[in-house]
Amino acid sequence: MTRPLSAPLDVGFDYTRSLGPTLGRFLSDLRRRRVTGIRGSDGRVHVPPLEYDPVTAESLHEFVDVAATGVVRGWSWIPEPLEGQPLDRPFAWALIQLDGADTSLLHAVDAGTPDQISTGARVRVRWRAERVGAITDIECFEISDEPADEPVAADDVTMVTTPVNLHYTHSASPTEDPFLRGLMEGRLLGQRCPSCEKVYFPPRPACPTDGVPTTDQVELADHGTITTYCVVNVPFLGQRIPPPYVSAYVLLDGADIPFLHLLLGVAPEDVRMGMRVEAVWKPREEWGPTMQNIDHFRPSGEPDAPFDSYSQHL
Amino acid sequence: MRPAAVVGTGQTHHAAKRLDVSMAGLCREAIDRAMADANVDWPDIDAVVLGKAPDLFEGVMMPELFLADALGAVGKPLLRVHTAGSVGGSTGNVAASLVQSGVHDRVLAVAFEKQSESNAMWALSVPTPFTMPVHAGAGGYFAPHVRSYIRRAGAPEHVGAMVAAKDRRNGALNPYAHLKQPDITVESVQASTMLWDPIRYDETCPSSDGACAVVISAEPTSGRAAWIRATAMRTEPTTFAGRDQVNPQAGQDAARALWKQAGITDPLSEVDAAEIYVPFSWFEPMWLENLGFTDVGQGWKLTEAGETALGGRLPVNPSGGVLSSNPIGASGLLRFAEAAMQVMGTAGDHQVDGARVALGHAYGGGSQFFAMWVVGSEKP
Repeated sequence: MTRPLSAPLDVGFDYTRSLGPTLGRFLSDLRRRRVTGIRGSDGRVHVPPLEYDPVTAESLHEFVDVAATGVVRGWSWIPEPLEGQPLDRPFAWALIQLDGADTSLLHAVDAGTPDQISTGARVRVRWRAERVGAITDIECFEISDEPADEPVAADDVTMVTTPVNLHYTHSASPTEDPFLRGLMEGRLLGQRCPSCEKVYFPPRPACPTDGVPTTDQVELADHGTITTYCVVNVPFLGQRIPPPYVSAYVLLDGADIPFLHLLLGVAPEDVRMGMRVEAVWKPREEWGPTMQNIDHFRPSGEPDAPFDSYSQHL
Repeated sequence: MRPAAVVGTGQTHHAAKRLDVSMAGLCREAIDRAMADANVDWPDIDAVVLGKAPDLFEGVMMPELFLADALGAVGKPLLRVHTAGSVGGSTGNVAASLVQSGVHDRVLAVAFEKQSESNAMWALSVPTPFTMPVHAGAGGYFAPHVRSYIRRAGAPEHVGAMVAAKDRRNGALNPYAHLKQPDITVESVQASTMLWDPIRYDETCPSSDGACAVVISAEPTSGRAAWIRATAMRTEPTTFAGRDQVNPQAGQDAARALWKQAGITDPLSEVDAAEIYVPFSWFEPMWLENLGFTDVGQGWKLTEAGETALGGRLPVNPSGGVLSSNPIGASGLLRFAEAAMQVMGTAGDHQVDGARVALGHAYGGGSQFFAMWVVGSEKP
């Protein structure tokens, strides 16, 4: 059995965080090469500062300056750093209790080799030269019993940007795979439920109504009926088709469920529910395992389908 | 099942960007108001239930973990609920069940969304390999089904604009609403840009930062209570052959179970106010039918006759609804809380006079999750 088709799916966004008074103070102070904690209801100094007390849940307000030096309370060696980690060479993730703090801060220690770091080792902050008000203003910690660099003046920050990037391999299901391989040959292959006899296009591993595997392959023609549609006029981040465009539900002749595709070759104001359409395929040399082999649908010129012929598909 | 009641409600001032607070601070603004309203303190709370829509909206996996301190959940059970846009409603129902079952005496339910941290339209349109990238956010998903409703019901085109104008004017009476548009008219809604034809800009919910919280208790703590007379939730697949996207079976089934449990035989006569999840204007008549307030195809007539406005037979969304504030994860709990406020008489300028029975309703996903409750001023 061949492996199902797969393709990369990359999802990324630069999320923005509004910090509020507590985290805003912490990150503004990092920009000034200062580390600030907060005193909890039991007298402990929390670093990073907590917005709400872990014992009483009350809002906390008493900021406390702590040192940019401290001691390693625990660590784990990272021999091969991953994308987005603080250092691009082997390093240690460490829990570091700063002098004056009662809790530990998680950060990277640029120790070179694992034999250079130990629980109990003294470390100090290595400040980043260009500081923006982020936890990465601490470039990392380094093994040292010397004091860290002196504070400087800097403006407050109230926001921070947090890029998140996810890299997936999206795999087709065993049922989807022959459907996609059919598309590579210009064929539209659905599946029929053996119980309710509904024809699914694209096919499903199991009928959502009867819960039984769909078994019979059904080849469908590349024409059908618009059941309903909308005209997308709104531009948005990540959009692949420039607006305005008609996003239409196409019910292929012989299928029992419509799917969304692009409708062109007609002015948006002239599109109708019940309009008969046919597929316009891309040039064969551009075909791949995707519904995008059909560039779009266009009106076929046949008379509109009567409402009753598709009303149960709305 | 023992009786349970909402004994306090709280919500944030909703806005496009609440840049003055963190996610934790946003939640606490609602929680602190709810606990003050309920006259309870942290030791009185036995468990916390948190609702929030997809994690891609803020890019924080399992926010309940880092919010545990802020939610006062240390040493207590903390549950995360997730049913897409209906999650706020489901959160209320889960919290209610914990009290009704006798497991806990007082439960804090919280729901939030901080849409400004990301872009929900982007998050709902991530292109999947092998498919045609025609998806265009929630509006693009729902607009074809709105068109189907208009065709099936034979509804006149101005009904959607009437809903939008009504809800935005109601929002102007609500001090917490994101959009306050006291001067909006049907004509100005009709003149606004068509975004996802047939849905116009003014018929679309805003993108909001906000949170909502309620305290649910077996016994009154504050001298007032909205007794939970019934709860219901139902689910169906996003797509299947013959699925009715206009009048989903799951919504019909949930409503039928809800009215039966509440002992209500004629909802239109017996319910005094309804907070219904209407993110796009046409969903008011669609859900009036789905909920059984009218026969199929007749919902728009109730709206057109003005009966869903304040002072009408069934005021719908006196708070301004989702069309005036949409912190997605919180929007369902806001519907539930606003229903409770109506029967507790704490709704202020958007109070429905003499409301004794009210509906809170939410839906989510591709109209596949439904959650609703009925609250009343009388102990069952």
